[in-house]
Amino acid sequence: MSEPLVSVKNLKKYFPIHGGVLGGVIAHVKAVDDVSFDIYEGETLGLVGESGSGKTTIGKTILMLYPPTSGDINFQGTLINKLKGEELRRLRRNFQIIFQDPYGSLNPRMPISEIIGEPLVVHNIYKTRKEILDRVVEVMELVGLRPEYINRYPHEFSGGQRQRIGIARAIILNPKFVVCDEPVSALDVSIQSQVINLLNDLQEKLNLTYLFIAHDMAVIRHMSDRIVVLYLGRVMEIAVNDELFDSPLHPYTQALLSSVPIPDPEIKKERAVLQGDIPSPINPPSGCVFHTRCPVAMPVCRELIPEQREIKKDHFVSCHAVK
Amino acid sequence: MKDDILVQTKDLQTFFYTDEGVVRAVDGVDIKISVGETLGLVGESGCGKSVTSLSIMRLIPWPPGKIVGGEIWFKGEDILKKSEEEMRRIRGSQISMIFQEPMTSLNPVFTVGYQISEAVLVHQDVTEEEAKKRAIEMLDLVGIPDPEKRYNEYPHQMSGGMRQRVMIAMALSCNPDLLISDEATTALDVTIQAQILELMKDLKRKIGMAILLITHNLSVIAEMADNVAVMYSGKIVEYSDIKTIFKSPQHPYTYGLLSSIPLVTKKRVKGQKLPIIEGVVPNPYHLPTGCYFNPRCPYSTKICREEDPKIEEIAPGHFVKCWNYLKPGMGV
Repeated sequence: MSEPLVSVKNLKKYFPIHGGVLGGVIAHVKAVDDVSFDIYEGETLGLVGESGSGKTTIGKTILMLYPPTSGDINFQGTLINKLKGEELRRLRRNFQIIFQDPYGSLNPRMPISEIIGEPLVVHNIYKTRKEILDRVVEVMELVGLRPEYINRYPHEFSGGQRQRIGIARAIILNPKFVVCDEPVSALDVSIQSQVINLLNDLQEKLNLTYLFIAHDMAVIRHMSDRIVVLYLGRVMEIAVNDELFDSPLHPYTQALLSSVPIPDPEIKKERAVLQGDIPSPINPPSGCVFHTRCPVAMPVCRELIPEQREIKKDHFVSCHAVK
Repeated sequence: MKDDILVQTKDLQTFFYTDEGVVRAVDGVDIKISVGETLGLVGESGCGKSVTSLSIMRLIPWPPGKIVGGEIWFKGEDILKKSEEEMRRIRGSQISMIFQEPMTSLNPVFTVGYQISEAVLVHQDVTEEEAKKRAIEMLDLVGIPDPEKRYNEYPHQMSGGMRQRVMIAMALSCNPDLLISDEATTALDVTIQAQILELMKDLKRKIGMAILLITHNLSVIAEMADNVAVMYSGKIVEYSDIKTIFKSPQHPYTYGLLSSIPLVTKKRVKGQKLPIIEGVVPNPYHLPTGCYFNPRCPYSTKICREEDPKIEEIAPGHFVKCWNYLKPGMGV
């Protein structure tokens, strides 16, 4: 593989919790804790995990929507966590985000011509209003919205169409890299497949690179070239799609896959149900964060944080039990 | 055989009267659940699956909603003829319900133990001491560790999965004949969803209640249900046993849904498209003429646009509401 487009090294993001009489910092939520991975040009990297695993925080931190606590984010040779003000703003047109909630992420008082065209105004791309509107119409057609809807407001659209508006806004600047944060999980089944197809289409046409965040393993399998499995802010396993689904190595990945219900009543599977709940990221377990629920935990797992090791080519696992 | 029927709706119609017009949320629904059966009710937002279950509970808020037609039979009696007082005795003891969001269904200012024993006290002739004992038993049954201690905890002290277990404990505390589960595992993480599904299967084996399982998740249906009803715009479009519907769906909507979901077991071919159902669910104020699915249906013909088909039994126990079922090219 070539040079990565985005490279994340030892990324940490801690959110302070204020409390006590003086309102000082009393603890931290360790949302992302020492996460490293690369994203290559043109690929879709899937980021999967349950609630509290830090997947959304990673997506937002990579785009510098949250400043990282520590660690580096390298975008084509530039450390974007070192950039400030105008420099950062100029680079930002290369990366965009699509949000989960198609209702909360669109301003209800703006017609969609303004919503979709706003990035052009912010980045001062075109001078005249006509140029902006032409470009808006162009991307509307690209995402399957009828251009005659251009003056309508968000409430006049269905959930699936709103997600298309969010996608149009994300691609209008011709970005290289798009973070898709659970883009289909709020949609109905029949609309989900439409939006999945659209995202794949656009990737091909515009040569986009995706960081695709989801909790649904089936959607992840359909979309991703490679997959990062997260648990409580840490990376458990990274592997190429088929490799991960056919021979998962980490006990958490194995349990996650066995938990997924299959739409076939003839398959009565024996599943390894994980006991207990996901621990709180405020006070995560010592050693390996998964040891409290792990079926093969050993004494060492309570004490030492496992290193991320390349077990096979392009297959990384953080687990003491995997040889 | 007839004695086995626990719940049956006949031509149930529940409408909502709003300023913009009448929404026929449930329009002529026939379902039947036998003792101990799990019926899956599947469909997308707004198809009327929750309204069907609320109608069975007689919990449709008036205004704007009203059950305007049909019958609902429960254990040989017509529920629609019951007084509110009689209904209150049925709800929570013979039919109980669990919802998607356990946090909003639990009262934040009472302990979970108190809330379960309250349900027992209301419906059964027991002392407070006995009700508490029953509540602790129930917490233990649904797999909450250390139930005596947990009895005194408040909902906010528990995780989402634990709260859903509390809801199930409460729902089952009076040994209901029917449990209605309305998207009860939808908001949970997969590993927690797996725990709750296993729990529901296990409890069903032990207690033997019937379940009306409402969900949009076809995988959950495949795993849990004995029979399935697929709803679209307030009507049932296909109804059969679980194996038939997954193996040879006959309604184009069922077929479209089943083929459009990505599969975790399917090898990825980069760039491969998912088969899709074109368009969106019709606006309930402006339903299309003829079959409601016809604007999105790849097989629609002239008659589909003109006349609404009746639901028909095409094989024993397999009902389909479509003019063109079994046409070449359809089915798997």
